[in-house]
Amino acid sequence: MLAPNPAFVTPVVEALSVCKTYRNGTQALAPTDFTLMPGEFVSLIGPSGCGKSTLLKLVAGLIEPSDGRLQWWRQSALLQGAQAPSGRRLAFVFQEATLMPWSSVEANVRLPLELQKVPRDEAEVRVAQALQRVGLSRYARHKPRELSGGMQMRVSIARALVTEPDLLLMDEPFGALDEITRNKLDEDLRQLWAEKGLSVVFVTHSVYEAAFLSSRVVVMAARPGRVFQEVTLNHEGPRDAAFRASPAFAATCRELSDLLLQASLVSGSDQLETA
Amino acid sequence: MTTILDVSAAATSTAPPATIRARPRKATPWAQSERFLRVAVPATVGLMLLVLWEGLVRAFAVPEFLVPGPLRVAQALHEDFAMLMSALWTTLSITAGAFLMATLVGTLIAFAFVQSRWVELSFFPYAVLLQVTPIAAIAPLIIIWVKHPTAALIVCAVLIALFPIIANTTMGLRSVSPGLAAFFRMQGATRWQTLVRLQVPSALPYWFAGLRISCGLSLVGAVVAEFVAGTGGQGAGLAYQILQSGYQLNIPRMFAALALISLTGVVLFWAMLALSNAVLKGWHDSAHTQER
Repeated sequence: MLAPNPAFVTPVVEALSVCKTYRNGTQALAPTDFTLMPGEFVSLIGPSGCGKSTLLKLVAGLIEPSDGRLQWWRQSALLQGAQAPSGRRLAFVFQEATLMPWSSVEANVRLPLELQKVPRDEAEVRVAQALQRVGLSRYARHKPRELSGGMQMRVSIARALVTEPDLLLMDEPFGALDEITRNKLDEDLRQLWAEKGLSVVFVTHSVYEAAFLSSRVVVMAARPGRVFQEVTLNHEGPRDAAFRASPAFAATCRELSDLLLQASLVSGSDQLETA
Repeated sequence: MTTILDVSAAATSTAPPATIRARPRKATPWAQSERFLRVAVPATVGLMLLVLWEGLVRAFAVPEFLVPGPLRVAQALHEDFAMLMSALWTTLSITAGAFLMATLVGTLIAFAFVQSRWVELSFFPYAVLLQVTPIAAIAPLIIIWVKHPTAALIVCAVLIALFPIIANTTMGLRSVSPGLAAFFRMQGATRWQTLVRLQVPSALPYWFAGLRISCGLSLVGAVVAEFVAGTGGQGAGLAYQILQSGYQLNIPRMFAALALISLTGVVLFWAMLALSNAVLKGWHDSAHTQER
């Protein structure tokens, strides 16, 4: 079968010269072009203050660009209810689990469906499926505080998945977790992405995480925040524990580390101390 | 369906949930239990102070019109039990009425403040004015303006108890997790959905903190208003009994009325704390801190 001609594939996200300057005059993001194609897993990495979270929030429509244009599926990026104009759905996973502490796990996962007035019977089925997918069916009636940090993040992912999103945006979702838990969740996320054909934008500080997960990595530099370089990762085989131990993975990590160091150097000397 | 994110794997081995991590606790002897100590320790201190008080009064033969001993106060409470209970009921009725009214009005005002920045900007300074104006100074005016005596006392007490509820509830309704607020926005939640599903539950701990302060202030307001109104001929509450006892130099009865007011305040506070803990248990730290 012939691969679709990229010229005829509608991009999921097109950011055209978007920039963001806050009211206090801080330029968080210089005019930046960014494109996400369907089925891509793109990671944004860079030193602190490089605008990667700002770019993600702009892509999500959570903040408005100071200038430039943002499009979802070639239509204006304005949410109509919980949907993009084309009827497609976005989901955002935050750095913290951001669960409602007063509600049970299943009530948290059901929330987006209730806000969208999905019939209760259908919602129950979808919530059960989402919880099963993240392996938390047993904990449906528990309150978030009764779960570990990793499990709370799984609930957050289940809440994002229950809406069956076309575009998944994740802002350092596993940053606060220990390395073993993070590696496990990375493997699960990668498998989920492959199974559902999701389009993902993933912000991380970790070159290892970016190298493991991504089909493309965007390295950003600071002062002002901008795209420094992009790297496409063409590893065809499975991304699993064996991949982490492979020379190819080590080479990718080394390449990304070098780029990150260069991005830090062009961002100013104090970034080196924090990088 | 395939379980993609399998909780049984290594991920949870390093970070088990709190429910699994918790070991079965050894049975604590009742004398060492936290709940017992919370009651027993202050009760013992109180008993020792009463004994000391009685001992000093007897040792120095202090006349009862200056400082009666606790046994004499208890005797006065017993002798005037019916009258004092009737007075307590009156004060409690005014306190309860004022507390309910302050809760209702304060909560509604806070809702109005968070719905419109202009409403808050326009009226919040006047809410502060309520707090800083001494009630004793405006109580005579209120008693003149409001014809029904009990209603006048309730209005005075409401003015004292209102502000903590307005301030705490407003702060609670605004203290929403930014992440959750962004999530609601992305889901296209309506203003009503955001208020009911996010802001109101987030505000509950603050609201209860406001109630705990206001229930005591309602009692203070009821007593202060009674002091002012009592001189105008309206007298049936505990404050009025204190005034009358003072005029008659019946100091033991004055102490008995005072003790009833203090005890009522403590009971109201603990009742609100228990209600707050019952509602917030399982999800808010304040309810669990009390348990430790």
